[in-house]
Amino acid sequence: MSADFLYGIEVIINGLMAGVLYALVALGFVLIYKASGIFNYAQGVMALFSALTLAGIMSGQVPFAHLINAIFGTDIHYFGWNVPVLAAIILTLIVMVIFAWGVQRFVFRHLVGQEPIILFMATIGLAYFLEGVGDLMWGSDIKTLAVGLPQGGSLVVEEWTAGLGGDDFYGFFIDELDMVATVVAIVLVAGLIAFSQYTKQGRAMRAVADDHQAALSVGISLNFIWVLVWSLAGLVALVAGIMWGAKSGVQFSLSLIALKALPVLMLGGFTSIPGAIVGGLIIGVGEKLFEYLIGAPYLGGATENWFAYVLALLFLVFRPQGLFGERIIERV
Amino acid sequence: MLYREAGDFKTTYVADNQTFPLKLDRIGFWVTMAVAWLVIPFVVNDYWASSLLVPFLIYAIAAIGLNILTGYCGQVSLGTGGFMAVGAYACYKLMTSFPDVNIMIHIVLAGGITAAVGTAFGLPSLRIKGFYLAVATLAAQFFLVWLFNKVSWFYNYSASGQISAPERLVAGVAVTGPSTPAWAQYLICLFFVTVCALIARNLTRGTIGRSWMAIRDMDIAAEIIGVNPLKAKLTAFAVSSFFVGIAGALFFAVYLGAVEVGEAFGIQKSFLVLFMIIIGGLGSIFGSFAGAAFLVLLPVALKWLGVDVMGWPTDLVAHFQLVIVGALIMFFLIKEPHGLAQLWRLAKEKLRLWPFPY
Repeated sequence: MSADFLYGIEVIINGLMAGVLYALVALGFVLIYKASGIFNYAQGVMALFSALTLAGIMSGQVPFAHLINAIFGTDIHYFGWNVPVLAAIILTLIVMVIFAWGVQRFVFRHLVGQEPIILFMATIGLAYFLEGVGDLMWGSDIKTLAVGLPQGGSLVVEEWTAGLGGDDFYGFFIDELDMVATVVAIVLVAGLIAFSQYTKQGRAMRAVADDHQAALSVGISLNFIWVLVWSLAGLVALVAGIMWGAKSGVQFSLSLIALKALPVLMLGGFTSIPGAIVGGLIIGVGEKLFEYLIGAPYLGGATENWFAYVLALLFLVFRPQGLFGERIIERV
Repeated sequence: MLYREAGDFKTTYVADNQTFPLKLDRIGFWVTMAVAWLVIPFVVNDYWASSLLVPFLIYAIAAIGLNILTGYCGQVSLGTGGFMAVGAYACYKLMTSFPDVNIMIHIVLAGGITAAVGTAFGLPSLRIKGFYLAVATLAAQFFLVWLFNKVSWFYNYSASGQISAPERLVAGVAVTGPSTPAWAQYLICLFFVTVCALIARNLTRGTIGRSWMAIRDMDIAAEIIGVNPLKAKLTAFAVSSFFVGIAGALFFAVYLGAVEVGEAFGIQKSFLVLFMIIIGGLGSIFGSFAGAAFLVLLPVALKWLGVDVMGWPTDLVAHFQLVIVGALIMFFLIKEPHGLAQLWRLAKEKLRLWPFPY
């Protein structure tokens, strides 16, 4: 096999890995959209916020230290202890559940029955709010997230595949972190599917997604389900936040990956969990391949910024509800 | 007592159909115009022009543009920043290619070019609706910013990748370039705001505006009663982009003077203009002004309060600003989804009946 062909395959594999991470963010969107019809723009900021919280708790930062210092003229920054990873993750999850409850109690409960576009705009407001709160709580400097995930390329894969090509091929370069992320994503999706198929709360969640009023009439508490769904989205956000945060540091740009998840959603359809995964893989592979074959040699590079959107746009013109979305039926 | 229509009789159709049917509104309008045109230019200084008035006027144009598309025609767009960039770069290319032509013509032409680009990106709206369309307009945003970054023809092969406006005169006074007096900046923006607002106001209460609103309220029903969705949607995209393009051209040429596309016209700008029309009021020209004024004033006021009065560090105030803007948006959507314009309407209703409400 020629080296060029093998590098092409390497690009595809790396695209698949990147796609898994996109799919992780997209999954959070789908969960909330299905259950409550809210298109949650704040999903990316939730990932950022949870990663910030995790990093902050682990390093023993005092929340709102900056603010307290400014008001009282004190100079405190750290408690002086380090929290182990697992405990920190659990604490972060508790924070995300409180956040989910707060969002439901103070914002979306008052917006029940509003038009979808109003709900969408409210989540943009929520995104700003949460970003500001995250900065106020933990400061806006870039943090590293050392949760013990491996970094750098995998030597095993590299040595193992080096023999495939000729002399100028040195084996596939695959990030170990991406491999871990893939495994975690698979476990997470399997867990979510099992939860929604086999548990009482999961079934109630699906009932709410099907029909709010029917679910209400058989005695399911909508408030509880919505808090549950937002908490689950918080969990997915935390996982995505850990993966992306370990990859590129916890900083504001993390929230922009939410934007990358949007074309994934368009491609897969807003209402389909398999769609989010397949869409993520297509976008991941598509943008890496396009950059490798056309973008970098002919268009000056950095096509990854827009390729996903244009792909999704072109795709939608032919199939407006996405790959797996429910057929859009409109009545007057 | 103070604000009423009793005794304000209309005897002709023209009088009945005028923009401001109430006499008091008309007086208010002309007083505002007189203050804006005859008083402010003589008292404005650099600080007021550059931190409040000029950005307010420019954002008002952009907000009117987006309001036509989102508020009147119901097509959510997240590509405003990208379209402003088209206006800015079109204006730059025209200014440098035809230095002898008046800048006013260039700005209008830049709006026209943006209208063409906007219509092209509006084509998918015939198939894609709702959120899918909102996300699709993000394609415009990212693609256009990338294009202006990568293709050096757009910034005349300058080494920094920036564009900077050369000095151009209108009636012998510089309106672009570093030596522009504050009042000239203000006046040229005011001129475009006035014209754009008049055009928008009259378009939205005419045939085109009504077909937009029919599409917004329910596109299938509108189609059945004979509104052509192709025409309505594409004209909305064209008119909206025209205004947004003018705003972009002014933002670059008059206000900033030199821009780098990703910084000045990024996705944040799209959201900012969207927030303006949400807070101001969807489907209202007055709301566009109110929203623009609010969001231009808010950071300045917060900065003054936080940094100058309370003595807090700047970054802390910037974080608070995010929290407050986000909370305000949610608050407005919960309490008053129709924005400041609705508050204004309610206040007027109350005033009409005051002091004897029934």
